[in-house]
Amino acid sequence: MTADARAVTAPTAEEVAAEVPAGRPTGWWGMVMFITTEATLFAALVASYFYLRFQSTPDWPPGGIKAPELSLPLVMSAILLSSSGPMVLADRGIRAGHVGRLRLGLAATFVLGATFLGLQGYEYMTKLEEFTPRTNVYGSLFFAITGFHGMHVLVGLLLILFVMVRAWLGHFDKGRHLHVQTTAMYWHFVDAVWVVIMLSLYIGPHL
Amino acid sequence: MTTVAERTQRLDESWGEAPGLGSWFTTVDHKKIGRRYIWTASVFFAMAGFEALALRTQLARPDQTLIGPGAYNQLFTMHGTTMIFLFATPMLFGFGNYFVPLMLGARDMAFPRLNAFGYWVFLFAGLLMNASFLFGQAPNGGWFNYVPLTGPQYTPKVNIGFYTVGLLFLGISTTAGAINFIVTTFKLRAPGMSLNRIPLFVWAILATAFAVVFALPALNADNAMLLLDRKFGFHFFDPAGGGDPVLWQHLFWLFGHPDVYIIVLPALGIVSAIVPVFSRRPMVGYFWLVLANVATAVISFGVWVHHMFAVGLPQLSMSFFSAASLVITIPGGIQIFSWVATMLRGRLVLATPMLFVLGFLISFVAGGLTGVMFAVVPFDQQVTDSYFVVAHFHYVLFGGAVFPILAALYYWMPKITGRLLSERLGRLSFWLIFGGFNLLFFPMHVSGLLGMPRRVYTFLPGLGWEGWNLASSVGAYVVALGFLASLVNLLWSLRRGEPAGDDPWGGDSLEWATSSPPPPYNFATVPVVHSAYPLWEDRFRERLDAARGSEERQLAGDHEVLRTSELDAEPERAIEMPSETVVPLVVALGFLVAFAGLLAGWYLVAALGVPVVLGGLAAWAWPRRQEPAR
Repeated sequence: MTADARAVTAPTAEEVAAEVPAGRPTGWWGMVMFITTEATLFAALVASYFYLRFQSTPDWPPGGIKAPELSLPLVMSAILLSSSGPMVLADRGIRAGHVGRLRLGLAATFVLGATFLGLQGYEYMTKLEEFTPRTNVYGSLFFAITGFHGMHVLVGLLLILFVMVRAWLGHFDKGRHLHVQTTAMYWHFVDAVWVVIMLSLYIGPHL
Repeated sequence: MTTVAERTQRLDESWGEAPGLGSWFTTVDHKKIGRRYIWTASVFFAMAGFEALALRTQLARPDQTLIGPGAYNQLFTMHGTTMIFLFATPMLFGFGNYFVPLMLGARDMAFPRLNAFGYWVFLFAGLLMNASFLFGQAPNGGWFNYVPLTGPQYTPKVNIGFYTVGLLFLGISTTAGAINFIVTTFKLRAPGMSLNRIPLFVWAILATAFAVVFALPALNADNAMLLLDRKFGFHFFDPAGGGDPVLWQHLFWLFGHPDVYIIVLPALGIVSAIVPVFSRRPMVGYFWLVLANVATAVISFGVWVHHMFAVGLPQLSMSFFSAASLVITIPGGIQIFSWVATMLRGRLVLATPMLFVLGFLISFVAGGLTGVMFAVVPFDQQVTDSYFVVAHFHYVLFGGAVFPILAALYYWMPKITGRLLSERLGRLSFWLIFGGFNLLFFPMHVSGLLGMPRRVYTFLPGLGWEGWNLASSVGAYVVALGFLASLVNLLWSLRRGEPAGDDPWGGDSLEWATSSPPPPYNFATVPVVHSAYPLWEDRFRERLDAARGSEERQLAGDHEVLRTSELDAEPERAIEMPSETVVPLVVALGFLVAFAGLLAGWYLVAALGVPVVLGGLAAWAWPRRQEPAR
């Protein structure tokens, strides 16, 4: 160790250049702003959930509804969150020019996302036997927020499908993959929102 | 190697759109779209203006029966809703659409097709909401639409449906426009236009767009919940089912107060564009104005409860929001002092645009002063829901937005049409509108303090309100005459106006560096700027002309714009822009079918819109040809 900074080799020009942020394409910024406004929408919904919860009677859920059972939602969470892994594989893969990794990653993400949606449908069927959106405000909130998220998962799946078709047609390579990148951003966002929903709507009533 | 002439011809070919009716539906040119926004918003303004005239006619004398209470409710609701959502924001977005790319030295917006799509959605949503009049079922719960009055129990008919569905539909357009402004400002600035050289009008549009991105979701969530309550028996706002009507108010004003600044900030941006030109000097405190812009947009999210001081909230939250509401006057004050200082330190030219700016300054300061009074909770509770409130927000919104919009009309129309407006008719219009405006709204302060509540369809004689109301009604007609004068002026100038030339005012920003009206590609040569006032730089035009020899600066590839870096506007690469296409219109029509079906309760019809939207979006995102590698 030396105290003289000049005695140690200075960074090379390449090392410096690598730290300069790369200019982002317009599509990247478009997706960032879209996600921002969508995230705000979910924030408004979750804030409404807590507002109504704390304005409501001491019991939550009200009206004799049981606090949500956790095992199935935890499985759903594991499935949805793990689906971000293959998406990273796909995104990183095409950045390095591996079309195979892209196709494999997209397909795996699609299967995991579709499984999540299927399980949510199954969960809805059991829930609807206990309560509906018309039962009381808890039912309204539960189905509106999880349903709205489910719609986002569906949109994400359609995006992935679209990108998959383009991947099979060979539209993407090392230098051309903006749609893969923006789709991945959207998918990670939908996953992150689920974490908030899991904590607020499922774990929250047990606390 | 190509010659300058060949490259210019290539620009004309790749940017020109096919003439005729077809391009009416397919254009993606930001100037055509901006013009449409301005015209369409003007029509909505006229409709809302006639609604206001009807209201003032009914209130001219006590005990009149011209308009019954039911129709009166629909008229004042649609007057407010139209003015806020279908006139103010689209009008300012229209000027933004036309002038943001020009002021940035760009050739189009970042997402031209999204831009076209935004216009169509705005048009369809506006038509959908106003179609309610055809059924005699216009929204009737006031523009802020409070539950439980507007809930299924007290308004079982479809009226409020037009409000919730229409605004959800319109929200798509506003959000798309805002994102487009943000990305355009980040990525398409002329080389050299670093953050500290962005024109103040563009800064204002940028701050507004960010406010839209964060504020509009609250309104959308609110309307979606009300729609679910009304149509499908949900209980968000229904106390019997555990819901809470006050939630509507919180979400509405969490959007609604930022929305005041979403309307006023771009208007203040217009003022910041005009003041230096007609003071013949750079703006005093450019840096402070930028900070004030951003600060206003941020603080506007922390003041919404001052609309709810009379609801019965905890003392602590009222104190917090009272303080925040006083704080927001500071950036407002900074802007006022900057403009006044610029005028005092400059050589003032009193042309019509500047007259409207002066009219703005006087009325906006008056509206701001009553605004400070509302920040004081006990005063607010005394005058809430009285005509004093009506006076206040018309001084803020008419004074703060309509005067700048008129200033913009007189300032920028010569660029759009290539013709100058008549100064004489312009002055006449200004004095009619300014005089009529004060005659219309000043007496409302008094009638409000005398206890007259807002939103009553008539009043009894002998309460001391007659004179003030008559004065207001006369003022309304004087204002209408003033607008008529401007309309005549505009139509006259289109045929007889003197040619404006490139730069009729000796302006400072880039829109004056090109012809009037500009060619489809705006600038034959990409301008390079070295200051916040490029046209006042030494020999700017000579340098721009000299650059024509450079292939790089002329950028005559296929429909190309120059992408630059976010902070310093260093050139990154040329990107190809999409050409005219009918896809945005198709997607907007798909949305129209879906929303109209939802409104009417024909869910199968609504479902038909979905494949149209999805198919349209797929066609939209499908590459026109193999995209070039990045």
